[in-house]
Amino acid sequence: MKAVVLAAAAFAALLVAVMLDLPAAAVDLPAAVAANLSHSGVAHPVTAVLLNFRGYDTLLEIGVLLLALLVVLAVSPHAEEPAGAARVSVEPVLQAIARIAVPLMLLAAVYLLWAGAHRPGGAFQAGAVLAAAAVLLHLAGLLPGWHAPKLLLRAGLAGGFLVFLAAAAALLARGALLAYPPAAAGALILVIESALTVSLGLTLAGLFLFLSRDEA
Amino acid sequence: MTTGLVFAVAGAILFSMGVAGVILLAHLLRRILAFNLMGSGAFLVLVGLAQRAGIADPVPQAMVLTGIVVAVAATALALALARRLHALTGAYTLPEARDD
Amino acid sequence: MTELADPVAWLILLPLFWATGAFLLGPGRGAGLAIAGTAVQCALTFVLAGELLAHGSRSHAVGGWGAPLGIDLGVDGLAAVMLLLTQMAGLPLLLFARGYFRPDDAAARHFWPLAGFLLAGLNALFLSADLFNLYVTLELVGLAAVGLVAAGGGAGQIAAALRYLFATLVGSGMYLLGVALVYGAYGTVSIAPLAPLVDAGAPAAVRIAAALMLAGLMLKTALFPFHYWLPPAHGGAPAPVSALLSALVVKASFYLILRLWLGPFAPLADAVAWLPALLGSAAILWGSWRAIRAARLKMLVAWSTVAQLGYLFLIFPLLGPDAGSGNTALQAGGMQVVAHGLAKAAMFTAAGVLIHVTGRDDVAGVAGIADRLPVTLFAFALAGVTLMGLPPSGGFLAKWLLIDAALAQGQWGLVAVIVAGGLLAAAYVFRVLRQAFMVPPQGERRHPAQHASPLLEWTAFALAAASVLLGLRGMELLRLLAVGSGT
Repeated sequence: MKAVVLAAAAFAALLVAVMLDLPAAAVDLPAAVAANLSHSGVAHPVTAVLLNFRGYDTLLEIGVLLLALLVVLAVSPHAEEPAGAARVSVEPVLQAIARIAVPLMLLAAVYLLWAGAHRPGGAFQAGAVLAAAAVLLHLAGLLPGWHAPKLLLRAGLAGGFLVFLAAAAALLARGALLAYPPAAAGALILVIESALTVSLGLTLAGLFLFLSRDEA
Repeated sequence: MTTGLVFAVAGAILFSMGVAGVILLAHLLRRILAFNLMGSGAFLVLVGLAQRAGIADPVPQAMVLTGIVVAVAATALALALARRLHALTGAYTLPEARDD
Repeated sequence: MTELADPVAWLILLPLFWATGAFLLGPGRGAGLAIAGTAVQCALTFVLAGELLAHGSRSHAVGGWGAPLGIDLGVDGLAAVMLLLTQMAGLPLLLFARGYFRPDDAAARHFWPLAGFLLAGLNALFLSADLFNLYVTLELVGLAAVGLVAAGGGAGQIAAALRYLFATLVGSGMYLLGVALVYGAYGTVSIAPLAPLVDAGAPAAVRIAAALMLAGLMLKTALFPFHYWLPPAHGGAPAPVSALLSALVVKASFYLILRLWLGPFAPLADAVAWLPALLGSAAILWGSWRAIRAARLKMLVAWSTVAQLGYLFLIFPLLGPDAGSGNTALQAGGMQVVAHGLAKAAMFTAAGVLIHVTGRDDVAGVAGIADRLPVTLFAFALAGVTLMGLPPSGGFLAKWLLIDAALAQGQWGLVAVIVAGGLLAAAYVFRVLRQAFMVPPQGERRHPAQHASPLLEWTAFALAAASVLLGLRGMELLRLLAVGSGT
C-alpha cells in the first residue's frame, strides 16, 4: 500500500519536473482557429471548435452519454411502476423556491443556448441547467422519479442525437462528414444545438431520476 | 511560473492522487470520487500546459468540455452499478473475484 | 454522389443509427434492425477493402477542414483488417445472440442498442487518426463493453463489471494524460502532423506521454500483470457478450498500441521493445496454466484469451531493426488478431451452447455430451486447432510467421515461448474434448433431453471453420495488411 503511494508521489514529482522544462509547441492551432472562425458560422472560438472544427468529437460524446443512460436502464431492476403515489417530501419552503426558480432556470437555459454563438454557452450548458431544474423539482417532491421510459420519453432522449446524425449524413453530399456550408453553418448549428439541448437535458435528468427510485 | 503551469502542476498532483485512490480504496463511492479526481487532473494538465505561454487556446478548452461530458457519463454508469451491487449484496465494496 | 455513399463515414454512422433505432423500439427489440445493419456494414467493409487494394490507403477529413484543425479519419491495410474482423465476427455473433437469449431474459432487454454502440465505437476507433478522438472512441467501446457485462446480471456479474470499469477508466485516464502532454509539447493531437515532429531527441514529457499511453492501453488489453479483470468479466458474462469482448474489444486497444508504436512514437520505441515481449511471455505461460486448472468452462476459455493475447505482444521486439522480418512480424500480429478473434468467438459460443444444454457451467459437466452436440464439439475442436497453431489453420500461419521473424533476428527465447504456448494450449483444449468424448455422462442432467437450436450450433461452427480456413486463404489478408504499411 505504501508502495503505491510512494510511486504516485514519485510520478507526480517527475511529471512536474518534466512539465516545467517543456520547449514551445511547434503547431499553432489558436491562429488556425482564428483564421477560420469567420467560415465556421459562430463567433465564439470554443463553440466553433466544439460544433464545427471538432464537431465529430461532439457527435461521439453525445453517443457516450446516451450509452451511459442505456446502461443505467439496463442495470435497473425491471420493476413495474408502483401503483401508489411516489414518495413525496412535503417541504413547503423548498417547494415554493422550486416553483419560483424553475421557470427562471428554463429561461436561463434558453439564453445559454442562444448565447453560445457569441460567448461561452451552448447546448451542453443549457442542457445541464435544464437537468438541474428537473432534479430540483424532484428533490422538492414536485416531480416523481422515472421508471422504464415510454416511447415519448425515449424519443426525447434520442432525438437530439438522431438530428445530429442525420445532419452529418446529409452533409456527406458536400464531400465530407459534417461539412457545413459556410453560409448556412450558423443556422444549421443552432438547429442541431436546440435539438441537443432538449435531449441533453432529458438524458442528464434521466441519469439522476432513473436511479432515484426507492429500492425494495 | 505562469498561471498555465500552476494549473498543470496541480493537475499532475491531482491525477496521481486519483490513480492511487482508485487502486487503494475499497469503498466504491470513494473510488468513483478518486476517478473523478484523476479525470480533473488530466483536464487541468491539458488546459494548463497548452496555455503555459499565456495565450488562450480554444482547442484544449473544447476538448476538456468533451472530456467532462464523458467523465459524467462514466460516473453515472459507475454509480448505477454501485447502487445495484448495494441493492444485491448490501455492501459498497467489491466481493472477492471468482476467476476459477 | 459517390461521396454520399462513402463507406468510411457509413461504417460509423450506420451502427449509431440502428443502435438508436433499437433503443427507440423498446426493451428487447431491435434484433432485426441490428442484423440487417451489420450485414450492410459487412458489405461496406468489403467495398472498402477492394478500394484499398486498388488505390492504396486514404483519409477522410471530417468537416472538410483537415488536420490539425479538424479531425481526420484514415484507413490503411491494418485498419481495414480490423474492420473486417469486427464486421465478420460481429454478424454471426449477433445471429447467435438472437437465438441464444430467451424472450424474458433480463440480459437481452438492452443487448441490441448496447451491441450497436459497441460496434460503432469499434469502427470509429479503427478509422480515427486523431489522438483525442481516439480517447472518445475508447470510452465508447469501454462503457459499452461494461454495460454488456453488467446488463441484467446478479451480484457476481455486477462486481465483475465494476472491476472491469475501474480498470478501463484508469487505462483511458492514463491515455488522456498522455494526450494532454503531447498537446502541450507539440500543439496538435492529429497523428499525421505529429509523426514528423517526434524524433529521437523528443523532450522527456513526450517520452512520459508515450509510456503513459502505452501502459494505459496495456491495462485495457489485459496484458500480464494487468489481466486480473478479464477472467471474471469474460467468464461471467452471457456467452454472446463474452465472445464479443474476447474477440473484438481487447483487440481494439492492442490495435491502438500497434498504431502508436509504428506511427508517432516509432523513434522512441526501440529502447523498451523487450518489455511487452517479456510480459507477453508471462501472459502465455500464466494464462495457459490457469486455463489448464480452471474448474468452469467459460473461465477456461477466458484464461485462454489472457494467454493468446500474450502472442500479440511478442512481435514488438521484432518490428524495429530489420525491414524484411519486421514486416513478417507485423503480418504475424495481424494474422493472430484475426485468427484468435474468430476462434475465440467460436469457442465462447460453443461453450455457451454446451452450458445451455447441460445446465452446468463446469468442465466436468460436459461429460459424454459428444453424441448429443456433435456440431458444437466439432466447432470447439476446430477453434482449439487454431489456438494450438496446428496446420492449416490461421493460428498456424500466425505462429509460423512469428517463428520465422524470430529466427531471422536470432530471438531463440521467443521461439521457445511460442512452442511452449502451443503445447499448453493443447493441454487445456484436450481437457475439454477428453471430457466430452471419453468420459461417460455422470448423474442426472438439470435440463434433460434438451437440444440446442441449429442456429446456435452452426454459427459457432461457421466461426470456427472461418478461423481454420483463414490459414488457406491467408495471402489475401496479408496483401490487404500490406497496403499503406510501407510508411
